[in-house]
Amino acid sequence: MKEKSVLEMRGIYKSFPGVLALQGVDFTLCEGEIHALMGENGAGKSTLIKVLTGVYEKDGGEIFLKGLDKAAIIRSPQDAQRLGISTVYQEITLCPNLSVAENMYIGRSEGIGQNWKKMNESADKILQSLDIPAKSTQQLSSCSIAIQQMVAIARAVDMDCKVLILDEPTSSLDEQEVEKLFGLMRDLKEKGVGIIFVTHFLDQVYEVCDKITVLRDGKLVGEYEIKDLPRVQLVSKMLGKELDDMSDIKNDNEVYKGEGADSSLFEAEGLQSNAGIKPFDFYIKKGEVNGFTGLLGSGRSECVRAIFGADRVIAGKLKKNGKEIKIRKPLDAMKQGIAYLPEDRKVDGIIGDLSVRDNIILAAQVLNGFFKPFSKAQAYKFADEYIKLLEIKTASADTPIKSLSGGNQQKVILGRWLLTHPEYLILDEPTRGIDVGTKIEIQKLVLKLASEGMSVTFISSETDEMLRTCSRLIVMRDRKVVGELNGDELTQVMIMNTIAGGDEKDGEK
Amino acid sequence: MEKNKKSSGVGAFFSKLIRNQIFIPIAALLLLAVFNLIADPSFYKITLGYNSAGDPVLSGYLMTILDYGSELAILAIGMTLVTAASGGQDISVGAAIAIAGSVILRVLCGGNSRPDELQAPIIVAFLAACVVAMLFGAFNGVLVAYFKIQPMVATLILFTAGRSIAAWINNNELPIVNDVTFTYFGGFIPGIPIPTPFFIAVICMIIMALVLKFTTLGLYTQAVGINEKSSRLNGLNPAFIKFLSFVILGLCVAVAALIKVSRLSSINYSVIAKDIEMDAILAVALGGNALSGGKFNMPASILGAYVIQFLTTTLYKFNVQSDALPAYKAIVVILLVVISAPTVRNKISGFFSKQKAKAKGAA
Repeated sequence: MKEKSVLEMRGIYKSFPGVLALQGVDFTLCEGEIHALMGENGAGKSTLIKVLTGVYEKDGGEIFLKGLDKAAIIRSPQDAQRLGISTVYQEITLCPNLSVAENMYIGRSEGIGQNWKKMNESADKILQSLDIPAKSTQQLSSCSIAIQQMVAIARAVDMDCKVLILDEPTSSLDEQEVEKLFGLMRDLKEKGVGIIFVTHFLDQVYEVCDKITVLRDGKLVGEYEIKDLPRVQLVSKMLGKELDDMSDIKNDNEVYKGEGADSSLFEAEGLQSNAGIKPFDFYIKKGEVNGFTGLLGSGRSECVRAIFGADRVIAGKLKKNGKEIKIRKPLDAMKQGIAYLPEDRKVDGIIGDLSVRDNIILAAQVLNGFFKPFSKAQAYKFADEYIKLLEIKTASADTPIKSLSGGNQQKVILGRWLLTHPEYLILDEPTRGIDVGTKIEIQKLVLKLASEGMSVTFISSETDEMLRTCSRLIVMRDRKVVGELNGDELTQVMIMNTIAGGDEKDGEK
Repeated sequence: MEKNKKSSGVGAFFSKLIRNQIFIPIAALLLLAVFNLIADPSFYKITLGYNSAGDPVLSGYLMTILDYGSELAILAIGMTLVTAASGGQDISVGAAIAIAGSVILRVLCGGNSRPDELQAPIIVAFLAACVVAMLFGAFNGVLVAYFKIQPMVATLILFTAGRSIAAWINNNELPIVNDVTFTYFGGFIPGIPIPTPFFIAVICMIIMALVLKFTTLGLYTQAVGINEKSSRLNGLNPAFIKFLSFVILGLCVAVAALIKVSRLSSINYSVIAKDIEMDAILAVALGGNALSGGKFNMPASILGAYVIQFLTTTLYKFNVQSDALPAYKAIVVILLVVISAPTVRNKISGFFSKQKAKAKGAA
């Protein structure tokens, strides 16, 4: 082992049925360094992390840790924890129905006794020191996702870890929260903690990281100092090809303004749901791509959920081609030609144990009717068609969707809705937690669909992505529509200004 | 070289087989079969005899399994759907059989406890039982699907009250049906030496297979059982699917009740179909279906039902006292459940893949 390294992984192998997830991957982490682990979906990042934390047992290879003279044996997350390896996963893995303090200390007490008062006090102390706006006795589910994430980090930090793994920690945080997290990461770095940072946000990598390790298709591409690897090169290394730049899909958005000035395909008047948004007006034209933007929790998702009937509509009207329609439940919306790709893929999107095939045909099958099941041959035909079209990486159409990587799961859900041939497609954060290559694929697909006459509403936390795809943006703040941007107004600065708002007190969220 | 090749093929075959769900009940069945073969081969003896009415009947332990296992298989069909959709089990099945059986007798005897002839056609009595059993199924379904009560807690109500309701339907009398055709359902049809319940079970299986083939019930049930929220966003109505599964189980209960009361031509409210719900749930579990819901395999559940009956009959054969029976059953069940646990199966399957890898390496 090298002198300064806290962790060395050598020749790690891991396979799943039909997939070689890791093929002889090396990884070295030094003391006091923030090390980015980059790669496309299915490159093996998450698998490598899970091998390191004992969630998966590796098929081959060795792991060395500082202070141990032999290879470390990590068979369970508890082993990893004992060895000073802590993880904050992409999806929140805490218990939502326990309190914040309980979540921070669960599984860590030595004996069977528990001093609740002391536990709450020390939890509060840590939360305060990290500037996390949560109380120790608060139930975790009552906190926003961002805060839950930070509690998970606080838990890891408090466990006095030598290796801290952050697996997509920033995908649900807004900018200020990200800054706060970065501050925290730099503090920990000063203290000599080695941090592995897995993210898809290139900006963030270049902001905080010292080194980058790139994986592709389960193999190591290389380890680089951040200053030696310009952005373009990083992207091309991740993709394994020269990136046919994002610029070639940029800014033809005049085309996607839709046909006809007055005819809106769908139109909402004073629509309001029981999810706590203020009544809003909305319209979309045929072939138009528009989007909702705003900070986390500003009500973007709630608006589209109201249109789709996913939340209960309590007021307002919805019109299609000028005629009033009633949407009480998602099925009504589907019958009107609306498709909705939900924000939370794991909870609202995938049916985990079912095969890729069943997941693809589900919505179309529901529309087709209870007494008209697709034949096996038909189902396979549909599945194969979309696996091919969207380049879904899966061993077969019969593989359970839960064993696919996040980006591929998302493509399956996208395929599910495209199969229903909707007139209006709502995509709520379709690119969250997805690698750059797939992101661009999805953006291109959206524009292609629009050019074929489909109307699309696109929601994303990344404004540059929205600017690239949408011809009109509806800006939200505090669960209210506060503005609409068109044409020349579509710039980062204008969006920020509208979100921040001059007239009212600045959104604290 | 040749040999290596062969063993790797066998290893792959076993590794695949072990991951297949239906492997569990088949393995259990083989285990029991071999045990009986060694302990006493006469277990498999089937003799052709004549019953009291002078009709030819086959008898032997295997026929008993076929006979009583069929009741269980019918219930396992419904229980599988309930388990898959709701992620819980219906423990009121035995009590519901008592109610449905009581309804059949009430209609057949028409308030008179010992009529000389039937007061209504058997089909009418059966249909009445179907309606009543489905209503009680609907009652459970409403509690589970719309009031979101845990299935075991919700069905505990009927489990507790069912047998009293059954007794009340016939004013606590024990009506006796004096009609030979009625005995056919739980016994033998003249000229056919195979027990009728088996044919009834086969009809139920065919109907279920057709339903699963020509409707989307299977896909919907699994989708709802795995991810209710996501199912709703795909246009499904999860509450209705759950409700429906309980109603279908109600129908299965009515069929089982017909067989049960036909066997006796009468009823004993406190004993009829006692603990049968546990066997039905076991059949589902033995079929390798997760009791927490989601994916299901109907043939595996049905096979599981016959295996459970195989076990019960084996124990009877070895003169296990009927009150000691559950204890012996429990031991076997522990074994079966441990073997069928996914972790153990993965280990076994992993063992075979390793053999396979070794064979490859050697080659």
